[in-house]
Amino acid sequence: MSDHYKLRIKFQKTGAIQYIGHLDVMRFFQKCLRRAQIDVCYTTGFSPHQILTFAAPLSVGLESFGEYMDVEVGTITSSEDVIDRLNAASVPEIKIVSAKLLPEGAGNAMASVAAAKYQVDFFEGRVPGIFQEDTGSVHARLDAFLAKDSIPYVKEGKKGTREVDLRKGIFELSWDGQGKFLTMTLDASSGENVKPSQVLEALLQECDEELAENALKITRLDVYTRIYASEEDPGDLIPMDEVGSVF
Amino acid sequence: MHNDSLALSRDVLMQIEKPARYIGHEYNSVIKDPAQVDVRFAMCFPDVYEIGMSHLGIQILYDMFNQMDGVWCERVYSPWLDLDAIMRRDNIPLFALESQDPIKDFDFLGITIQYEMCYTNILQVLDLAQIPLLSKDRTDDCPIVIGGGPCTYNPEPIADFFDLFYIGEGETRYAELISLYRKHKKNGFDRVKFLREAARIPGMYVPSLYEVTYHEDGTIKAFTPKYEDVPATVLKEVEMDLTNTYYPMNPVVPYVKITQDRVVLEIQRGCIRGCRFCQAGQLYRPVRERNVEKLKEYAIEMLNNTGHEELTLSSLSSSDYSKLPELIDYLIEECNQRHVNISLPSLRIDAFSLDVMSKVQDVKKSSLTFAPEAGSQRLRNVINKGLTEEVILKGSHLAFEGGWTRVKLYFMLGQPTETEEDIRGIAELCNKIAAEFFDTVPKDKRVNGRVQIVASTSFFVPKPFTPFQWAPQCTKEEFVEKAYFTRKCISEQLNQKSIKYNWHEADASVMEGVLARGDRRLAEVILKVYQKGCFYDAWSEYYKHQTWIDTIKECGLTPEFYTSRPRDLAEIFPWDFIDAGVTKEFLKREWLKAQAETISENCKLKCQGCGAARFGGGICFEERALDHE
Repeated sequence: MSDHYKLRIKFQKTGAIQYIGHLDVMRFFQKCLRRAQIDVCYTTGFSPHQILTFAAPLSVGLESFGEYMDVEVGTITSSEDVIDRLNAASVPEIKIVSAKLLPEGAGNAMASVAAAKYQVDFFEGRVPGIFQEDTGSVHARLDAFLAKDSIPYVKEGKKGTREVDLRKGIFELSWDGQGKFLTMTLDASSGENVKPSQVLEALLQECDEELAENALKITRLDVYTRIYASEEDPGDLIPMDEVGSVF
Repeated sequence: MHNDSLALSRDVLMQIEKPARYIGHEYNSVIKDPAQVDVRFAMCFPDVYEIGMSHLGIQILYDMFNQMDGVWCERVYSPWLDLDAIMRRDNIPLFALESQDPIKDFDFLGITIQYEMCYTNILQVLDLAQIPLLSKDRTDDCPIVIGGGPCTYNPEPIADFFDLFYIGEGETRYAELISLYRKHKKNGFDRVKFLREAARIPGMYVPSLYEVTYHEDGTIKAFTPKYEDVPATVLKEVEMDLTNTYYPMNPVVPYVKITQDRVVLEIQRGCIRGCRFCQAGQLYRPVRERNVEKLKEYAIEMLNNTGHEELTLSSLSSSDYSKLPELIDYLIEECNQRHVNISLPSLRIDAFSLDVMSKVQDVKKSSLTFAPEAGSQRLRNVINKGLTEEVILKGSHLAFEGGWTRVKLYFMLGQPTETEEDIRGIAELCNKIAAEFFDTVPKDKRVNGRVQIVASTSFFVPKPFTPFQWAPQCTKEEFVEKAYFTRKCISEQLNQKSIKYNWHEADASVMEGVLARGDRRLAEVILKVYQKGCFYDAWSEYYKHQTWIDTIKECGLTPEFYTSRPRDLAEIFPWDFIDAGVTKEFLKREWLKAQAETISENCKLKCQGCGAARFGGGICFEERALDHE
């Protein structure tokens, strides 16, 4: 059996490419890895597939500075070489920023996602009333929102609607003070995923306001995992590529 | 130089299906500095992105144009219905994918016309681009609208919508056309003058420079140039050196999954077979091969440059490519190393192809394909399809021994001289193949218990430049009756449980027939149905048959004139002014031989004197292989 190494690749997805869906991004990387002539491991059988896992799917219309995929390779060169080769085979709007070697036994990209950090701007003319008030009022409103024990929200899923509590999924929510944007760190684990739009809808609902359509310009800043500490302590959030090391 | 600004606003992009169709920015798409180019060419396939992007011809021309200094070629496709409605509502002009600039500001809009049912989509593209639909209404600042592709071998139904048609293969004359355009642009551009001079470049047809008169019965009396310097016939253009011409080493790699999402190697052009119903088999004569060593290089380079995980071969009849075993052996080895799948085109089923197929496909999951096209040997002789029952049964036997259990068969209903006996032959052939399975494979070795035979029939539509261009097309009622009869015959077979039968709808075949052999008077019909909201006619769910029929009648015409009417050997056809290489005399000979149920040997065995030898190359000048077969 040949050697197997697991690499974690961090990339950015910006500009026009934000309108490309998650499945198409996966297909893009399948081809990009071939163009870059990375020694990817394949499944066996008549239609072999690359052994490739993506962290958290990104919705269409979002830019991101912290997307991740894990890829299994048979040989390794160096982080720099992998980054350079992938970027040479990529488009300018999809830029590879780090390539790390994962330690043996590291959880795969999809399963180990814990949280994601977003920057949320409003498009001109679609800023909700509560964010047009003075800075002090906005801060007070956000503090009150976060002080709640539970924030009920009705999620619409494939199997009808269900009520969830958003509060435990909001790890951080702050206002830049300049009246420009919000930053939020939200639970992004499978099953418990909270979207920035849901948080804002819940917040506005309390003030009897509704979010205008396509009001949000959301940028994902990074995706995080946790290093398990103990049963009582889930561990700190760290960017997903900090699990691996430069090689 | 990549410019992030898109033609569509975020609000629009977020409410349409697959915005990726409209944003460009694909890997290998060509971006040039607009300040450094003086000719902007928009290349259009008038159907949805996924279909248009799968077309090899556009990729070849895109690569060719972008190699030219000062020329920037971009792509444009039909917006899907959701975006179409928004563009009309908000008055958004149709744009090219690369620069996102409006098409109406381009120098050329080139439209490839691959099937008749896309004619209304041509109008959709012009309309959304805000270019006048009729050539005569266009002013000097409008792009030159130029058509190409197989349907331009009878361009007459769409003649009014085009300034210019390029008849034949695009590799040969575009450089000349572009330099003529530059000359005119320098000296103060006058559209009429430019087109008049362009008409003198070989292969160019400028419809506005010709006049058509009709007999009282609606047939053509005369088709004449309006001026002496305009050629009376237009000879198709042919690239005679396929090995040393353009081939796209860096094809655009789309984000969305398209129909043909793979590396395509065009191994040859033309077909030696001469099936009498087949238009492509006549249009692309003479047969010309690409050099096998060159193809091997292309395959590797294109796989490296695209990262595609699949490769396929393109030609009208791959089994006839002289170096096929060598090429396939090489590709199998290289592709295996790279984890690339090979998708084989339909090969003639024999020991060689079965061996190859077993190497590249999962035998249990794949199926064999035969295209007998007709059920009886008699009718196969009429259509000159040189596939015999013996060959089919022998191939099936070998395949069943090799573990295959699925067989697909393609037939056409409504070909000239067809009788009930011929149709019954379809059912009987399917039955015999099933019997062959039960004879070949012992009970304990039958994996799924039974063989699956899928017979599909399409309806025959006579096309220009084929021996059947004189043939009456069946009416819709006749088509449907034939399909029911086929189904009945299949249900009477002993092994009917192993046979599945599919047939296509007849409505669109009728209209395809009208447009295929239509004349200039149909432009009014196409324009009117478009104005009534018809487009995407090639998509059965959007095709409105009754609207078409009603409109034809409103314009004082009948569908039957174009379809089921018998045509006299002396009749002047709307497309007769085009010289496609094959002579009308040859086609007539073949039409008479068809009725006498006489076959014609293929080009490799014996020259039939079709006329394509005048191009001075290809199969016409190779040694006949009669002794070796």
